[in-house]
Amino acid sequence: MDNSNVVLDKQKLKQFKKIATTIRKHIIEEVYHAASGHPGGSLSCTDILTVLYFHEMRVDVRNPQWPDRDRFVLSKGHCAPALYATLAEKGFFPAEELPKFRSIDSFLQGHPSMKDVPGVDMSTGSLGQGFSASVGMALAGKLDKKDYRVYVLLGDGELEEGQVWEASMAAAHYKLDNLTAFLDHNGLQIDGKITDVMSPEPVVEKFAAFGWNTIVINAHDYEQIIDAISKAKNVKGKPTIIIAESIKGKGVSFMENEAGWHGTAPNKEQRDIAIAELDAFLAKLEVE
Amino acid sequence: MADNNTVVKKIATREAYGNALAEFGGDERIVVLDADLSKSTKTDTFKKKYPERFFNMGIAEANMMSVAAGLASCGKIVFASTFAVFAALRTCEQIRNSIGYPRLNVKIGATHAGISVGEDGASHQAVEDIGVIRSIPNMTVICPADAVETRHAVKAAIEHDGPVYLRLGRLVVPVLFDESNYKFELGKGIVLKEGSDVTVIATGLMVHEAVKAGEMLEAEGINSRIIDIHTIKPIDKELIIKAAKETGAIVTAEEGNVYGGLGSAVAEVVAENYPVPVKYVAIMDRFGKSGKPAPLMKEYGLTAEDIVAKVKEAMKMKK
Repeated sequence: MDNSNVVLDKQKLKQFKKIATTIRKHIIEEVYHAASGHPGGSLSCTDILTVLYFHEMRVDVRNPQWPDRDRFVLSKGHCAPALYATLAEKGFFPAEELPKFRSIDSFLQGHPSMKDVPGVDMSTGSLGQGFSASVGMALAGKLDKKDYRVYVLLGDGELEEGQVWEASMAAAHYKLDNLTAFLDHNGLQIDGKITDVMSPEPVVEKFAAFGWNTIVINAHDYEQIIDAISKAKNVKGKPTIIIAESIKGKGVSFMENEAGWHGTAPNKEQRDIAIAELDAFLAKLEVE
Repeated sequence: MADNNTVVKKIATREAYGNALAEFGGDERIVVLDADLSKSTKTDTFKKKYPERFFNMGIAEANMMSVAAGLASCGKIVFASTFAVFAALRTCEQIRNSIGYPRLNVKIGATHAGISVGEDGASHQAVEDIGVIRSIPNMTVICPADAVETRHAVKAAIEHDGPVYLRLGRLVVPVLFDESNYKFELGKGIVLKEGSDVTVIATGLMVHEAVKAGEMLEAEGINSRIIDIHTIKPIDKELIIKAAKETGAIVTAEEGNVYGGLGSAVAEVVAENYPVPVKYVAIMDRFGKSGKPAPLMKEYGLTAEDIVAKVKEAMKMKK
């Protein structure tokens, strides 16, 4: 793990924790109401999304198509609950829409759709394709001499898609230093451990061999996330991937490190326990 | 149509595609991608003129299509080129999910379509592409007949906001149209010859065969209407229904598999609106093979003579 140079004051740290916990509550509610969806991987990438949207990215909720905005592509599109919750908390659309996720009258499609959801920069869901699209966005930024940055989040199971490595080659070949990727390295995919199903390891060495700058962090440590993003911005001539060691199901005790929660919705009882745990965490934050 | 007395020029539609990209490439929004085939797809003509807006994506077609989507999401008009067999089939799902579903402004320049590819054989001869791409929502499918039509098709693709599949050939084909009076309208067919006994509806290089068939039929006293359908999707329903009503029988001609292509598209319109007999000149559900283009076209039943034979069959079925 790389050392962080960032130290956040208590208030700022508390603010991140509050936002992330609220997002986690939304994720549980979305998946519970839809009675389908992907809670595990949504919870594991929540802290990264929190830092990107509430600290780092240049976006304008009143002008989601602003040409100079920073872009974010959720290449692991099945974690739409996390993205939608983040976008709603940021103000792109009302949080009241979230429980309608996946329902026939909602614009919140099962996987992110850029034509339907304000703030979604690329339609994703078919693994590997979002990563390539982010390469295209970074290439467009270079062509237009714009200073926006492109962020993309990949799952570790997603690395089994060959297209990921085609995109990796292209990003390094065209020296896309305006592109920063995150690997949500939670070690699990639908059928079990990534190392049992089809190991993409060693991931750090692979990306380094493909010409990327690599940084390894704890995916749930805000200081490390901020520090890694800032380091990536200072690297010239190559893209950076931040390999974020995460816990699938993070924040909900019975979902943590359980592959079974990849694509399963909680029932009423499980939902109640999850929300109670997250509420308790929020209450604890208040008295800290 | 070009004057019959002049010597017929022959140009491959891929050549005309490359020339058109270079001609209209002054538009700064245009970006051209290729997958290590720029000399064959002729995107190198654009590359020579606008190297800063040409990107070779290497032998990685899936990535190329989704990169094209990302570029298009940032306001670029992206032409992504490779052989039709890779474009329509290897990257079919990238076209569907990265381009078709979000209706992004990507133009797929698919060259080397059909069996007229010749010597490379079945592995490189796309016969399924029209049907495959046509079945993806939001896609426009254009298959130009000659160099003049290709030039206008590229221009129309640039002006059209949304994904387009351009089906282009390797083989040099006669220039049918006269640039000075040619008019291209997306989604509208062109009546090349009026007639009342039967209608031949052709696309791509089969348009030339259809014109020849029209002359042969006329010599036998059969008055055929010849239509060029350059836009297979959205198809010109009005023109097809009119032909069904006025001539009572239709023969379609295309250089592709009989399932899902132009013939199917025409039959869909006819069956639903004004049922008349429809006969197909197409590849009869088999793969291509190596050989010189002309004998291949003959072996696969894709000549003017085959059109004439099908016309007679269709006319026998007329009520």
